[in-house]
Amino acid sequence: MSEMIMREAIARGLREALDGDEDVFMMGEDIGAYDGAYAVTRGFLERYGPERIRDTPISESGFVGAAIGASLVGMRPVVEIMTINFSLLAMDQIINHAAKLHYMSNGQIKVPMLVRTVTGGGAQLAATHSQSFEGWYASVPGLKVAVPSTPYDALGLIRSSLKDDNPIIYAEHALIYGVRGEVPDDYYEVPFGKAKVAREGSDVTIIGYSRMAHVAMEAADKLAERGRQAEVIDLRTLRPLDIETIAESVRKTNRAVVVEEAWQTGGFAGEVASAIHEEAFDYLDGPVARVGGLDVPAPYSGQLEAATIPDADRVVSEISRTFGI
Amino acid sequence: MKVAINIDKAQVADFYRKMLLIRRFEEASGRLYMQGLIRGFLHLYIGEEAVAVGAISLLQPQDYIITHYRDHGHALARGMDPKACMAELCGRATGSSGGKGGSMHLFDADKHFMGGHAIVGGQMPIGVGIGLGIKMKRQNGVVMVFFGDGAVNEGEFHESLNLASLWKLPVVFMLENNLYGMGSHVDMTHAAGRDIYNSAEYYKIPATQVDGMDLIAVREATSYAIDRVRAGAGPVFLEAMTYRYRGHSMADPVNYREMDEVEEWRINDPIDRFKALALGEGLITTGELEEIDRQVASEIDEAVKFARESPFPELEELYDNVYA
Repeated sequence: MSEMIMREAIARGLREALDGDEDVFMMGEDIGAYDGAYAVTRGFLERYGPERIRDTPISESGFVGAAIGASLVGMRPVVEIMTINFSLLAMDQIINHAAKLHYMSNGQIKVPMLVRTVTGGGAQLAATHSQSFEGWYASVPGLKVAVPSTPYDALGLIRSSLKDDNPIIYAEHALIYGVRGEVPDDYYEVPFGKAKVAREGSDVTIIGYSRMAHVAMEAADKLAERGRQAEVIDLRTLRPLDIETIAESVRKTNRAVVVEEAWQTGGFAGEVASAIHEEAFDYLDGPVARVGGLDVPAPYSGQLEAATIPDADRVVSEISRTFGI
Repeated sequence: MKVAINIDKAQVADFYRKMLLIRRFEEASGRLYMQGLIRGFLHLYIGEEAVAVGAISLLQPQDYIITHYRDHGHALARGMDPKACMAELCGRATGSSGGKGGSMHLFDADKHFMGGHAIVGGQMPIGVGIGLGIKMKRQNGVVMVFFGDGAVNEGEFHESLNLASLWKLPVVFMLENNLYGMGSHVDMTHAAGRDIYNSAEYYKIPATQVDGMDLIAVREATSYAIDRVRAGAGPVFLEAMTYRYRGHSMADPVNYREMDEVEEWRINDPIDRFKALALGEGLITTGELEEIDRQVASEIDEAVKFARESPFPELEELYDNVYA
């Protein structure tokens, strides 16, 4: 076992791929000479050279499309979109093209492209730089979406992503790059579509992903102080969604709350809640609760912004309000 | 004016056959659309045949093609099977995409035909990326990226030219300027005027304009472009001035232009013109032309018959190939 932070785990996965497969290369804004806006690719340019660590113009649709094209002729591109907010400029390429080409060609061509991007708010970057769109991508057939919360999962999911022949959105939350955790020295992978029971409990199931998996754990701690045992499920991937692990937990706890940083209206938590109703309705003691981002553009000022993002206190009070526990 | 045409008799027959095949294919698909056998959108390439046939005739098997939604001409010029294409238009299991792509999304990976793409301009960055892949894999190939005058006002056009030039990628940008983006004339949509090739100069890409109704002229320009691109000098931009006789799609009533304009372009019909030239040069006989006409007619009949008689895809295939 080694202890490392998220950023190091992601970088390790990328280095392994670059070392192990000459068709793997990276593209993105300031990933090379600048060392990456979030420093994930620090030192990569020196080690792998400008051909494989390819700095791009600020041209999201252009370089994501170029990655798709390169993947069509046998390359395995890893694209970094500096933040998920900017991925909106590449949505045509991601949704209209990457997600469709395998199907529309009836399997003749495939798009093994990994798109890494940075999601989430909480850094006072205001409305255009603080959004969480991974749930949108998760609604698109043809895409897969990874949302790791720990170094272990981050590395395991990078490894799975780089073996997968489909376009993948891999969302890294900006505020958890420094989260520390144990990572085995032996090789392992974390498969897509397998959620993790991060904490066992019997009274309520709290479901989260990415940074909200940590908020869910904090909420569970607070509930424990009151003598209530929460089970925490970390989704790890949104598409495919592991509804079986969720349903199994809810059949045991009879209560569920879904925590998500994205706006609650139309958010992915609604999808999870619906799936729980479909799979475990008879076991529920009450409605599936949701704790999501407040329905406002992210404000700049610190106190205002903090109020928009779910925290452990909100999760606990929503559980109390809904279930009376 | 007598044009020196640097092609042999076999090529003349081949080019004539391919242009005619495209035209007859399009006429037949127009009829099938009216009969309700082809649904959705159907965009016909009639009038533009010299561009696809002329340009694609110079590509090698290792080269790649990517194009827009008016893609039947490029597919057939690259040698895609008319039966598989027609079956695809008719939504049949035997279609080139098993009925899942339709008219706008023909693919033949074996022939390096990387698809018709139906979001205007969307195929351009992908084409650039194919060029990047070719270059990184040190293949001796080029990619030919077809797009229309409608695409040049999209951001992806500019992003693509910039990336291809910046990275000196083996890309032939092939603009088919048929003067209309759906029903809007290029004079109403592009501030810099209809000579769009000028825009490539800003990105330091050599560019030229060519008469797209003249197969020989298209070939000459393309030949220069491909040689330069294959030698590693970076992208080249060609603008073929051409015209579609029919509307944007079969759903288009074409009330935005005068019939006189269509008739003026028809005077320069690429097939008639090529035929006259070849006959004048003694490179083909009337008898040989008639024989090709018969072969093409029968090939199209076969394709239509094949499509009509092919089964529709089974519901069990619905979820196949969502994921690789």
